[in-house]
Amino acid sequence: MSVSIRTLFFAAYRDRLGVSELLIKLPTGSTVADLVVELRGRGTPFDSLPEEPAIAVNQIYSFLDQPLVVGDEVAFIPPVAGG
Amino acid sequence: MVFTEVSVDSIDGPALLAKVGADEDGAAILFLGVVRDHAEGRQVQGMRYDAYPEMAEEVLKEIAVEATEHLGTDRIAIAHRFGELEIGDISVGIAVSSPHRSEAYEASRYVIEEIKKRLPIWKKEHYIDGVSEWVKGSIPPGTGLDSSVHSVPSADDELV
Repeated sequence: MSVSIRTLFFAAYRDRLGVSELLIKLPTGSTVADLVVELRGRGTPFDSLPEEPAIAVNQIYSFLDQPLVVGDEVAFIPPVAGG
Repeated sequence: MVFTEVSVDSIDGPALLAKVGADEDGAAILFLGVVRDHAEGRQVQGMRYDAYPEMAEEVLKEIAVEATEHLGTDRIAIAHRFGELEIGDISVGIAVSSPHRSEAYEASRYVIEEIKKRLPIWKKEHYIDGVSEWVKGSIPPGTGLDSSVHSVPSADDELV
């Protein structure tokens, strides 16, 4: 069994990866940390993502140990600079 | 009323100010963040703001509601813009009103500081020499990570 997670990249991360959105398939029971490992394991340029990035799940800042379920939206959040 | 907006539309300061105010209010203030022509000794010719718009809307609402505790009223209107901005363009506007001035100043200051800490918006400075770089940002609280200021690396650096 697996879940597909809509994954978003913004600003510096999007520039670096050349993509703003990916659908990532993960085993059921995976966490945000597992998603980061899966992405970084794809090699260049994904291995340039931080090992411990700031993350939002369903538009709420979340810890890396958060479990993921079907329909979740995960965003990689570079250091923010509004204002 | 609490009003918040994150959009590509230009910000109308007086219109924001007109959204706050009441007969009992003796103070109404408007803060505007404006794109300036320099940053750390470099000449800037414009700025690109990126946003996670749906989340930024939610976070801005949270910040506004929190600010009402400082304000003692719910009269607050905040707009943040994204997209390509020119020198002199308004990037953020914060209007508040309250019976006395100190609460209004405190609430306005609270909002802009929280925006910088946690609103999912980013800015890229365009320098006159043609180079563009993402501005140093903050790791938002709530992510379980160190919230001290981190630099956003340029394209040639490892992302950390």
